[in-house]
Amino acid sequence: MATTTSYDTEHPSSGDPGYDPNYVPDSVKSFVVHMYRHIREKNVYEIHQMYETSFQSISDRLFKDAPWPSVDAVASYVDNDHVFCLLYREMWFRHLYARLSPTLKQRIDSWDNYCSLFQVVLHGVVNMQLPNQWLWDMVDEFVYQFQSFCQYRAKMKSKTEQEIALLRQFDQAWNVYGVLNYLQALVEKSTIIQILEQEKKGLEQFTSTDGYDYNGGSNVLKVLGYFSTIGLLRVHCLLGDYHTGLKCLLPIDISQLGVYTSVIGSHIAIIYHHGFANLMLRRYVEAIREFNKILLYIFKTKQYHQKSPQFEQILKKNEQMYALLAISLSLCPQVKLIEETVNSQLREKYGEKMSRMQRFDDEAFALYDELFSYACPKFITPSAPSYEEPLVNYNQDAYRLQLKLFLHEVKQQQLLSGVRTFLKVYSTISLGKLATYMEVDEPTLRTILMSYKHKTCVVGDDGKISSNADLDFYIDDDMVHVMEPKPAKRYGDYLMRQIIKLEGVMNDVDRIKLE
Amino acid sequence: MGREINNTMASQNQQASTTSYTVEQLISVNPYNPDILPDLENYVNEQVSSETYSLNANLCLLRLYQFEPERMSTQIVARILIKALMAMPAPDFSLCLFLIPERVQMEEQFKTLIVLSHYLETARFRQFWDEATKNRHILEAIPGFEQAIQVYAVHLLSLTYQKIPRSVLAEAINIEGPSLEKFVQDHVDNSGWTIEKNLSKGQLIIFPQNEFNHPELKKSSVDGVSLEHITRILPIIG
Repeated sequence: MATTTSYDTEHPSSGDPGYDPNYVPDSVKSFVVHMYRHIREKNVYEIHQMYETSFQSISDRLFKDAPWPSVDAVASYVDNDHVFCLLYREMWFRHLYARLSPTLKQRIDSWDNYCSLFQVVLHGVVNMQLPNQWLWDMVDEFVYQFQSFCQYRAKMKSKTEQEIALLRQFDQAWNVYGVLNYLQALVEKSTIIQILEQEKKGLEQFTSTDGYDYNGGSNVLKVLGYFSTIGLLRVHCLLGDYHTGLKCLLPIDISQLGVYTSVIGSHIAIIYHHGFANLMLRRYVEAIREFNKILLYIFKTKQYHQKSPQFEQILKKNEQMYALLAISLSLCPQVKLIEETVNSQLREKYGEKMSRMQRFDDEAFALYDELFSYACPKFITPSAPSYEEPLVNYNQDAYRLQLKLFLHEVKQQQLLSGVRTFLKVYSTISLGKLATYMEVDEPTLRTILMSYKHKTCVVGDDGKISSNADLDFYIDDDMVHVMEPKPAKRYGDYLMRQIIKLEGVMNDVDRIKLE
Repeated sequence: MGREINNTMASQNQQASTTSYTVEQLISVNPYNPDILPDLENYVNEQVSSETYSLNANLCLLRLYQFEPERMSTQIVARILIKALMAMPAPDFSLCLFLIPERVQMEEQFKTLIVLSHYLETARFRQFWDEATKNRHILEAIPGFEQAIQVYAVHLLSLTYQKIPRSVLAEAINIEGPSLEKFVQDHVDNSGWTIEKNLSKGQLIIFPQNEFNHPELKKSSVDGVSLEHITRILPIIG
């Protein structure tokens, strides 16, 4: 595994002849010296400040389109500390990916750096406390660079001989087995699943300390393990394996606050992928509920993130989730599940498109295509390319497959909206009459009605069936009886909240000392 | 391929000795491992012959095929898909299709299976049985196939109907004559069906009541409060 020897890789992509990897401006020298000290002193607050703010401002000022100085140039300021150098390089590569276009050699070296970093962590010799934001960014970036590499590798047409030779030589770099096994290893070695289980029984403290260790230990392995479960969910979604992705996420209870909510990036990533997976599994109500919650949360809190480097990503994911919400609600009309704020935003962005989507004609399918393509993850083909002539670009294959299967599902639901129109109007109607109105024969009508039942009754993970439909019916011989829609008010939930609120008020009153 | 990295991982992951662990343990301990591919393939055949089923194991195998397409066996994939069909109403068939490359799905036998799935998804049982009969040679190899689809058909009928004419049942499960008599009688004895004789319409089958075909039993799950939430406010309300 390469450590600091691959110097030649830290040359920028052609276009910046002014870059000298060995030149260390004073601000960088000061940055690494202070960062190193804070890490040694386990001063998480300061580390976070430097990581979030200082790094960004120095990058904006000095390295807008150039990489930071090479790690070899700064190593002497930090006692050549091996681990610090790995961390520095991690930031170095992340900056490169964000501002410039990495070369193949740089991609490979970044992989090597992650391997070294994770190996150190997995061997349990790390004694640092790092901010959750950074630990999340490591996992997030790891998966992102994997996705980016697969997309890059799949565009074989424009590859030079040299690039092809490198790809063949370094076939381990960003190998899908490697990526998955590192994430899996972090999950297992950190024993995070057991920790979360124990926490439910009150035998462990993890969430209450936000994952930090106040007993002199390190939070790095535990929190990396925790975030790796989200990493696994993401990778599985990229592969099209939604079922396993959701399974990987099971240890985290997303109905509660947790360490994942302490970093907005991880909060959004969980819900986005969880929601998308449920959409593909046809669990529309589940997806709608989750999107509703996060979209409301983003609406209320995005002002606090305006200055953060993640702001753009937050906005992008926000828009994508509105698109997914529009799709879910068009396939499963259930307006009573979303908050008023979210609803009005949704109407503004997609109101017109949604009414066209619910017509299920050719135009509607084009809209489903458009929204899905805009909002879906960047699916990948994980296998190594064929180096046989002719070289082809196959980077769209995975996406095309998922889109095709999704639209196939939408087509199967085409006739269901017709059924809904009639169910809204009648309380009972004979099969014969309904068949005439829908312009089909009776046997066809029976299949349509059963199909409606099948599509709206989803099978949960436990095998239990529950109905998605807001409008339901049953058939008695040849009469269709429409069942009353479910009540709109959630009395139970409302009462619960009022009870807790009252308790809070009473506590406040108790605390007031009368003069 | 991924072997080198996996050997490194071995020191971190628990190394599963493939001989003494069952397949289920294999996939929970070390699923991203190209070496378990033959075990997973054998497991598919075992599921077929012993009429058992494991979605997780089959998805694991389909993923490995995705990672190393040269090792894919279309025969095994076809078997996985047929087992997935038998798991309906669960969406397992779609879940498997998401992992199978488009060019493989274009092959004749997979196109047929996709058509069969389409008929089942849209409850077109008559067309399904017609097509299934034409492709008996693919489906015969999987014991329990017919029965599994009949279970699905009955499930769907009982979600939708309180009462149906015998002929509708017969078409959905593709049974006629004395075999149909026996089938109905079995369910009367064991599944709570009852029969009503109607002079003009012949025999009517009455399904047991459930929340989907009976308005009074409809659960208002929107308004339910989970036990977990109640336990949180118990200290408050004392």
